[in-house]
Parts: sequence; C-alpha cells; structure tokens
Amino acid sequence: MADDVREEPHVFPLGRKPGEMLFCTLMLVLGGLLIAAIGWETTWLEGKRLSAQPRFWPTISLVGVVLFAGLNWLSRSKVERTPGRWAEAGIWLRSLEYVGWYLLYVWAIPLIGYLPATVIFCAGLTLRLGYRGRAVWAAIGFALFVVLFFKSAMNVKIPGGALYQLAPEGLRYILLRYF
Amino acid sequence: MELLSSSIDLIARWDVMAALLIGSIGGVIVGGLPGVGAAVAIAIVLPVTFSLEPIVGLTALLGIYGSSMFGGAIPAILVNTPGTPVNALTTYDGYPMTLRGEGQRALSLAYSASFYGAIFSIVALMFLAPVLASIAPMFGSREIFLAALLGITLVIITHRGQVLAAGMLASVGIFLQTIGIEPSAYTQRFTFGLGWLQSGINLIVVVLGLFAVSQALVLFMDKDKPIKLPDVGRPKVLEQVRDFWVFKRVATVGSGFGVICGMIPGVGEFMSQFMSYAYAQRTSKTPELFGKGNPEGIVASEAANNSVPAAAMIPLLALGIPGEELTAMMLAVFYVHNVVPGPQLFANQMDFVLALYLCLLLLNIIVVVFLFFATSTLMKAMTIPNRFLGMMILTFSLIGVYSLRNSLTDVAIASGFGVFGFILKRLDYPTSPIILGIVLGKLMEDKLRTAMARVTTPWEFIDRPIAFILFTMIVIAVLFQGWTIIQARRERASKVSDV
Repeated sequence: MADDVREEPHVFPLGRKPGEMLFCTLMLVLGGLLIAAIGWETTWLEGKRLSAQPRFWPTISLVGVVLFAGLNWLSRSKVERTPGRWAEAGIWLRSLEYVGWYLLYVWAIPLIGYLPATVIFCAGLTLRLGYRGRAVWAAIGFALFVVLFFKSAMNVKIPGGALYQLAPEGLRYILLRYF
Repeated sequence: MELLSSSIDLIARWDVMAALLIGSIGGVIVGGLPGVGAAVAIAIVLPVTFSLEPIVGLTALLGIYGSSMFGGAIPAILVNTPGTPVNALTTYDGYPMTLRGEGQRALSLAYSASFYGAIFSIVALMFLAPVLASIAPMFGSREIFLAALLGITLVIITHRGQVLAAGMLASVGIFLQTIGIEPSAYTQRFTFGLGWLQSGINLIVVVLGLFAVSQALVLFMDKDKPIKLPDVGRPKVLEQVRDFWVFKRVATVGSGFGVICGMIPGVGEFMSQFMSYAYAQRTSKTPELFGKGNPEGIVASEAANNSVPAAAMIPLLALGIPGEELTAMMLAVFYVHNVVPGPQLFANQMDFVLALYLCLLLLNIIVVVFLFFATSTLMKAMTIPNRFLGMMILTFSLIGVYSLRNSLTDVAIASGFGVFGFILKRLDYPTSPIILGIVLGKLMEDKLRTAMARVTTPWEFIDRPIAFILFTMIVIAVLFQGWTIIQARRERASKVSDV
C-alpha cells in the first residue's frame, strides 16, 4: 500500500473515516432546519429583481449545503466504513474541555489581568496535559514572553484587570498600561 | 525606473524592514514546526497587523507566507513529517535521502529549489505586471463575479476525492457571510433575534477558530511523538548550489507550473507540485527511484510550491480575488485600511504592488541565507512536544480574537469554529473552502447585484470578451469534473469485472 502511494502521489484520503457519516448527517439536518427557517429569517422584497433579493444568497448557499451534504452522504455510504463512530464522537466532545479552559482564561482577563491570567492558564494547562517540572517553568516563561511582547511592547488592545485597581497609584498605571 | 525608485522608497524604512525580518524568520520557524504552519501563524498575527500601515502589515504576512514552505521542508526531510501540508511530497524523496545519510544534501536541494522557484515567479510576475495592469481595467462587476465563481468552482473540484465535501463546506462559507444585516436593503438574515449576530460573523474570528483553535485541539488530543533528529553536518554552500544546478530543468518547469497554478484562483500549491512531480518523474532517467530518495523529486516539489505565493498575489491584487485561504486572510488587511485591491490598485498604485514584490524578493534572500547557516539551531524547535505546542497556539490565538473587540462573544464564536475545524481535521476534510466561501461569497453577492442591474438578457452577461472567457472556463471545469467522475466509475467497474 505504501509503495502504491509513493508511485502515485495522493495526499487526499481514500477510505471512510470514523464519524464521517455522523458528521454528514448532522450537516444535512442542520442545513434542512436552516432552509425551513428561511421564510422568517430572511425577507422577500416586492418589486426587486431576484439577484437583489436578501433571500437569494442564503437560499443558494443552504441548498448547496443540503445538496452537497446529501450527495456526500450517499457517496461515502458506499465506501467501506472504519468502525468507531461513537468513539470518534466522544473525542469531539472531549475537545470541549479545552474550549472550557480557553473561555475561562478569557473570562478571567478583565478580572485578574492579562499577566496573571496568562501565567495561570499556561501553567495550569501544561499541568493538565501531564507535563511536570521544567515544562511548567517553560510555560511560565512563555506566558511572560507573550505578555511582554504583545501587551507591553506591541501595545495590543487587551483590557487591564479589575484586580489592578487595588494596587498603589503609580504601580496601578504601569499594571494597567503594560500588563 | 521611476516606478522602481518609488517602490524602493515605500519599503526603505526601518519598520518595513523589521516586519520583513520578523515575518520571514518567524515564517521559517513556524513552517518548521509540524502542526503549526503558515495558516495558523497568519491567523494569529493578522489582527496585530491591523494597527500597522498596510505595507508594514502586509510585509509581515508576506514574510510568513513566503517563508513557511522553506521551513516546512526541514521536518519533511529529516523526520518524515511535513512542516506544512504542501511539503508532503518532499517527504517522499527527502526522508529516504536522510536515511541514506544525505540529509544535508536533501536540505540544500530543498532550499535551493525553493529559492529558485520563488525568484522565478517574482521575475516572471514583474514582467507580467504591465500586461496585467492593462487587462485589469477590463474587469467590471460581471467579470469579477465570474472570476470569483471560477475560483469557488476550482476550489471545489481541485479537492480530488473530496469534491462533495468541499462543495458542502464552500456552501457553508457562502451561507456564513449572509448572516447579519445585509448592506443593500438593511434587512436581517438569520440573526434569530440575537443582537450579536446583527453585525454578521467576523472573518478573522472564523479564521482564528478554524485554523488556530482547531489546530490546538488537534494537538491536545494527539500524543506527543518523540522526535529523534539526525545529525546532518555542516552545509557546504557552493558545492550544494552546484549540485542543485544539475536539476535546473526540473526546477524551471516546476516553477512554471507554480506560477500558472498560483495565478488561477483556487488551484495553488497542491496542484502545482503534483504536476511538477509527475513531470519530473516522467522525464527522469531514473523514474524508478522516485519515492526512494531521488533528488529530482525534492527539486520538483519544492520549486513548484515556493513559486506559488508570489503568483497567488496576482488575482488578489489585480482583481481582489483571493485564490486560497492565506491570501483571503491578507485581503482582510486591505479592507481594514480601506485599500481596495482590484483593477484600480493595479492601474493606479503600481508602485505599491511592485513594493510587495520587492519585499518577496528580499524575504527569499533573507530566508535562504538564514537557513543555510541556522538549520541546526532551527531543528531544536522541532523537538517541542505536540501538546505543549497546542498550549502555545491557544495562548497566541487569544491575542488575535480578543484584541479585535475585547469581546467574549467573539472568543466563544472562535471556539465554536475551533471545534468545527477540529472535527473537519479529524475527518481529513478541507477547511479552506469555508474561508474562500465567506470571502468569495460576499464578492459574488455584491458584484452580481451590481451587474444584474445593467443587463437585460442572460447573454448580455457574458457578451464581453473576458466575461465570455471566464464563463467558458467555468463550463470546461465543470464538464471536466463530470468527465473525471465518469472515467473513475468506468475504471472501478472494469476492476470489479476483472475480479
């Protein structure tokens, strides 16, 4: 098989991945529901030509989603399946844990400030990923670099933390402006 | 000559040079890290460039775009893992050469071929620029609509084996750009009464979600793979450049494929390197060695993919039509600064266009010099564990999303697209059709509305020469795809009957 691939370069997948049919079904259902909502989620303006109707492009695109998803579903259903559909769906759901970490990080920035939030996020996530020792210190170093480069040097617009208001006046300005 | 001196004036500034240096070296490093790639890096850096002047911001992005493939060749050759997806073919011959103890030679060939391809495309485009400047004003609303439609069509049909999935995802992209208050009659579309949907879904938020957040999730759910780096020794620059020169025919043809494929929206690096590799194999004296460490394979692949970035800037600058996701992201920088790419830019601000090409030329010189002397240092970055890299990407991506409007909603939307992109990557589905669907969908909606107000019959829509050519190309592309499907079915049927 490996030799076949080398003789005829082919980086695109040939088999059916676990969860592919589930994904196609979800897309088909979502596309169908959105098409059903076109009547009240878009407007038809009397006297305007078709190409200028606000409803025209949502309809074209959603029909495209349903049509291609349906055809994809049909064509993939003929390919030999790889077992593990629900295990794959489990992996999709497990990824939400990291999304949770991410949202928590963003939520914390206006409260405790960019520097502390970034240090806690990087170190915490590194520990969660199973790294210990030097890796955690590397994560803290990385967090400091990110804050110093983007917020302090590049002046990227990220709000100061409410916690910084508790600092003495001179220090407060520095914290709000640079960290 | 006056044009050239005006272009040099535009870039002869410390901030442009700093952006060029940071972008090009940063691009090489990012390209050399498997699992990051130019798309992730550009998505992260993009919002930061909004506060810079267009030439500075674009130079930084061009630096990353133009140099990442140089860096991507390093892990492709040394550890059989392409740094960026377009270096995949380089692994076929690069890694076997490393196993034979010829890693340094393979790297040098890759750098030389990449440099040759890039310079070839820049020179070719400098000669083509006056021609393009004269053609660009012939593009009106209907031509731009048809060119965008051609772009979408090609994006879909060039995803061999995934045409239906690419069609579905391009349609998703076109739908996403319709959400919010539409700019013509100011009616709401698919806002579901939610205030935050009224302004639509921001392209940058989608880009960061689909490329950066999703990639971090991919790395988190993966296992760390220990990387054992081979000792490649010290480079012998002159000797290795002479070694490359033996393969100049393959490099020239490969670069030609790159220029042509780069200029056609939706085609890009993959197609060019396949064509180049197939040509090199067909015309080689040792075709049986392809895939087993034939230097021609590396030269063909790297020359072709590195000649694409300069060429891909052509439809973007001349017509405002991005051919793939990276140029789609760059389009955002133009819009933020109210610089409208298109025929007018090409006709009136040729010095700006030429300045960008000069930047591309400089970045290639910087990168190749950097690589010949810093490869062994750069190789150390490849040992960063996957999941630690995921943490770094997620931290960087926050800067992009959150600095836009300090909005938690934007971050939540980016996270949603991150999970969507993660699922797509798990399924090996392409993400670029979504981005191109968003950008080209908006363009098609605007231009069709304008064009249809001026035509009375369907024939009138294509009665101008360029419109007719574009329409014919779309028809040919669709018919060709249909023919390919029928051929594939016949082949399958004959195989089944043989069995």
